Amino acid sequence: MNDTILRTKNLKTYFYTTRGVVKAVNGVNFNLSRGECLCLVGESGCGKSVTALSLLRLLDSPPARIVDGQVSFGDIDLVKCSTRQLRQIRGKDIAMVFQEAQSALNPVLSIGNQIIEQVELHERISQREARARALALLEEMGIPSAERVIDTYPHLLSGGMKQRAMIAMSLSCNPQILIADEPTTAVDVTIQAQILEIFRNLRARKQMSFIFITHDLAIVNEIGDRAVVMYGGRDVETAPVSRIIKNPRHPYTRGLIACLPNMSRSEKRLESIPGNTPNPIELPPGCPFHPRCPKAMDICRRKVPSPTIVAEGHAVSCHLYAS
Amino acid sequence: MKSTANHKLLQVIDLKKYYPVTVGLLSRQVGEVRAVDGVSFLMAEGEILGLVGESGCGKSTLGRTILRLEEPSSGKILYKGSDITTLDKERLRALRKEIQIVLQDPDASLDSRMTAGDSIAEPLVVHGVGGDVERNERVAELMKQVGLDPRQANHYPHEFSGGQKQRIGIARALAINPKLIIADEPVSALDVSVQAQILNLMMDIQEEFGLAYLFIAHDLAVIRHMAHRVAIMYLGKIVELADKAEIFAKPMHPYTQALLAAVPSFKTKAKKEVLLSGDVPSPLNPPTGCHFHPRCRKAFKPCSQDEPKLVELSKSHFVSCHLYT
Repeated sequence: MNDTILRTKNLKTYFYTTRGVVKAVNGVNFNLSRGECLCLVGESGCGKSVTALSLLRLLDSPPARIVDGQVSFGDIDLVKCSTRQLRQIRGKDIAMVFQEAQSALNPVLSIGNQIIEQVELHERISQREARARALALLEEMGIPSAERVIDTYPHLLSGGMKQRAMIAMSLSCNPQILIADEPTTAVDVTIQAQILEIFRNLRARKQMSFIFITHDLAIVNEIGDRAVVMYGGRDVETAPVSRIIKNPRHPYTRGLIACLPNMSRSEKRLESIPGNTPNPIELPPGCPFHPRCPKAMDICRRKVPSPTIVAEGHAVSCHLYAS
Repeated sequence: MKSTANHKLLQVIDLKKYYPVTVGLLSRQVGEVRAVDGVSFLMAEGEILGLVGESGCGKSTLGRTILRLEEPSSGKILYKGSDITTLDKERLRALRKEIQIVLQDPDASLDSRMTAGDSIAEPLVVHGVGGDVERNERVAELMKQVGLDPRQANHYPHEFSGGQKQRIGIARALAINPKLIIADEPVSALDVSVQAQILNLMMDIQEEFGLAYLFIAHDLAVIRHMAHRVAIMYLGKIVELADKAEIFAKPMHPYTQALLAAVPSFKTKAKKEVLLSGDVPSPLNPPTGCHFHPRCRKAFKPCSQDEPKLVELSKSHFVSCHLYT
């Protein structure tokens, strides 16, 4: 594909701790196309956030280390390139929005100064122009009385407003890729609807690509083009969102969808997946899902399944579909 | 529905919980946070009442006040007809045999230095139920009931997963056969695949023992799955209360409508209208009149002046909104 803007290949990020090696990301593959919104979805501990942080090498090393794989952005491998080169890409070409705005924003800098700082780092621009851009961005994010907010400090803003300010900051250098790590998880549902609306508007107006990380399949349905379902540090199923929702093939994806209490039906008992998500220190051998899988076969305990294409753009890593 | 006046279990009448806001060395009071601001409702035996609202609406404070973990500022709480707001310590302890609580975060609610078995047995010890042998038997029975292996009774909380810890919390709440369990966001800290297990468990227990739940949650899909009736809270007040089917099919209060519209949908991808702008105002300084009016799309003159009352619009559908008066 020519329009691929970012590609990960067999990405592995391990944490070396006193209790053992945490294989948080254990072989993740995906392509991000220009202008698309790709969702990474999975439960806690599946490695989705660590994947996002690994893309820009934002994890502290030690304990984290990217032990294998590539992240290709154009002809640059973000895993191997120099820190200097990476710093020019971070925030400029690839920007990030975090889950908790409170801890992501600098508490001792005003909102405006944080945005201006980033713009000045990447562009030759006067202070006045940078401030004007910051103000325009805050207004664009629907922040009421932005002229006042630009000079206030993060703790004075509500959760929703802080999240908007952070999105404004991420957009300040017109990135090509925006990585959003659970941007609505810490806010209430009505605020979440407002934030999702901002992302929808951005998609409509800008030629940007999105990597949207969430645990909520309903959000994936509302905002994503394609989804990568992750489990035990691996991508287990990748497909267009409508296929993931309507025609999931991997037993884990099926279970995940079946166990959601649904707004439109209310049956007596919920389907549930037995057991718990795997501990990334002691990942089971073979397919990470096999101890919980209703269809596990002998081979599942021994061999990690490789992806099989089951339909156009729909890949499943499961021995059930291996040819 | 089972809610008949004959089997009234809990009646809350105009309950208020205000927290003073103080400044300075002499703790001069400069205001008050109206966490619960005049709430009234009824619960029948064996009923699951879902209590929904966004963070800060006072739903957890309401739950804790009913157990008198927080002292109410005013109002009445009638449990089986007798007012529990005036009980002394001794009788309050007896009452807590009947009303138990399951909390959101099992990490915070279980003592990390007590084994699972000791945690589950603690209510039995406090209430002087049985001797050591009987208690151990009861603990084993409870652990089986909630889907834990009784052989793990001498394990410590950190040896269990989040879902298992929540099962311990539930077993502990069940230990002394309560009639009412206040479940304060019991599944919101859990992953969805584990959440389904716990919701199923709570449903099974409810049916088996005929328990009543005051089920507090912010997730409307969870509430829809669990509850018989649903109360919607906004800034310390119940704004709408109705049977589950009714409230999801015919939400009347503009806030309920906006809340339902805000839930991301699994069914459609159609662009939805965002019905609610702005943030929840501070309960320290709530708006005059209807607390919701600054964010309400349908606000008109009386909304900023008079506080609407919760009235019964149709059979057992209560709404507090000037649109309907």
